[in-house]
Amino acid sequence: MYLYDEIDQAIVDARVDEFRDQVARRLSGELDEDHFKPLRLKNGLYLQLHAYMLRVAIPYGTLNSRKMRKLADIARRYDRGYAHFTTRQNVQYNWIRLEEAPDLLAELATVEMHAIQTSGNCIRNISSDQYAGAAADEVDDPRPWAELLRQWSSFHPEFSYLPRKFKIAVVASEADRAAVQLHDIGLQMVRNDAGELGFRVFVGGGMGRTPMIAPVIREFVAAEEYLSYCEAVLRVYNRYGRRDNIYKARIKILVSELGAAEFARQAEAEFAHVKTLGIDAPTAEVERIRSFFEPPPFEAGLSDEVELLDAAFARWVARQTFAHKAPGYRIVNISLKAVGEIPGDASAEQMELVASLAERLSFDEIRVTHAQNLVLPHVRAQDLREVWEALKGAGLASANLDLASDVIACPGLDYCTLANARSIPVAQRISELLAPREADLGELKIKISGCINGCGHHHAGHIGVLGVDRKGVENYQLLLGGSGAEDASLAQILGPGFDEDGIVAAVGKVTDAYVARRQGGERFLDTYRRVGAQPFKDAVYG
Amino acid sequence: MVKLLTGNELTRGDVLWWNGDGWGKLISDAVAVDAEGPAIIEREAGHERVNDLTLIDAEKMESGWRPVKTRERIRAYGPTVRADLAIPGQDWR
Repeated sequence: MYLYDEIDQAIVDARVDEFRDQVARRLSGELDEDHFKPLRLKNGLYLQLHAYMLRVAIPYGTLNSRKMRKLADIARRYDRGYAHFTTRQNVQYNWIRLEEAPDLLAELATVEMHAIQTSGNCIRNISSDQYAGAAADEVDDPRPWAELLRQWSSFHPEFSYLPRKFKIAVVASEADRAAVQLHDIGLQMVRNDAGELGFRVFVGGGMGRTPMIAPVIREFVAAEEYLSYCEAVLRVYNRYGRRDNIYKARIKILVSELGAAEFARQAEAEFAHVKTLGIDAPTAEVERIRSFFEPPPFEAGLSDEVELLDAAFARWVARQTFAHKAPGYRIVNISLKAVGEIPGDASAEQMELVASLAERLSFDEIRVTHAQNLVLPHVRAQDLREVWEALKGAGLASANLDLASDVIACPGLDYCTLANARSIPVAQRISELLAPREADLGELKIKISGCINGCGHHHAGHIGVLGVDRKGVENYQLLLGGSGAEDASLAQILGPGFDEDGIVAAVGKVTDAYVARRQGGERFLDTYRRVGAQPFKDAVYG
Repeated sequence: MVKLLTGNELTRGDVLWWNGDGWGKLISDAVAVDAEGPAIIEREAGHERVNDLTLIDAEKMESGWRPVKTRERIRAYGPTVRADLAIPGQDWR
């Protein structure tokens, strides 16, 4: 894991001091809210329905036990004993006091964490593959490249006031576990015909009000020049992105309006200039960053065999663990989606347990996934039983990864001031309805947003649910056919919306229609793509 | 239907309700402000101690004030998914 140097620490500490002064001036009345609000948002502090909410960045979803214990400690001391892991690999606290926020941020800074650039029209937290450095299918470890992006984008003076927020994701495998095609910039590490490392660059994807799948703007940019290329893309966007209309201000609109080819041409012209500015990291710096991500000392000669002593453990191993590049190790997914519980929420005690397991059994590494789960990336096969037993005791041993009860849901109207409808109760009811038969249903990604902004990624759901406001009453639209993976597609609205009971029933009917029509080993998404929407319309509205 | 005045307290973000001569934490504290609302907002906004001052529609029920919109009921009573964090005895539906 990357460790702050004195410059990293100094700028984070300085920001804490600066915010402490700003809060003091707000509390004393020296600053009014109109002037203070942009300052608190620059430090990730939002005012939500019931209280202040703090969004803390988790760079490329990577934590260690020290950081996780601090997050748990903050949950207990500054919040109400829990935290919420988000769809951008961040963590949010829902009950923060403004007067305590500077102390909280000072505590975070002691473990090299902060809430900077978790709000506002800037480059947000860099997200990545939760299996980075552990998966056998990656061409390189994406984390050093994500870290360089983090350093490049942190306090970037030219990109602090973009037309709109900007999200970048990095993966290094053909399997897309970070939804790169649905980001403002999606970077996929590849090797060219000469075997050189570089990136396929997607630009202009996104969900929200105008969902779009990003086109490939450049098939290959050399790894040594990817920062310059990103700089060039951002410069074109910063110059021509629309500032007159918030709903048309994301880069996806610019790329769409210009056309991918013209946007690429402009980016290329800028790139030719930017390359001369010396932005790219020198090889020695790349190697210095890379050294923080050296593989842990995996033991040689370990067996992949796992003694599957009982059915529940066998189910968990089959569903929650993933092949590791080192023989004798597995990647362990920890579900934060126990049936009927709140997706992504974890208590301080659960977080501390995960920290302890990571410290003892996963080389002190933890990952946060955009699907609101956690990962222990390096667990010996022989330790799986111990991990499972410990998780079981804490309500964290659900065997539901990518199944119907592994629902993604934003906080929705239970917390969020932007939301139009509640997401969490719908997720809870759908998971309760489908959990008994989810093994038969197979891979089924259900994603729920409480408003058009799409934090619950409803457009990327095999089944998506979007909460809307109908004259002050919650209403839910049903969407089918989305994917945030390498086979990216946008879910389409099936028909008229429903109330809460109706949307839960409709999702049930959709799954019935799938079971009746699936062939062979088809997933829900495969069947939908083969038969189209009509059979599902008939099942739901007929 | 009446208008209630609500906002969020500065230091903690707590939901507050205008009670006639100050702010209370429960919607049961609220008084209907109706046409006086904008003037109270202007005055209270100047004090800078309560944020997001808003007038909402509510109905008088036997049990007390009931905001018309789901959003405002949830805001008044707390998250519907964490009874332990919500105001006891209130039905948001």
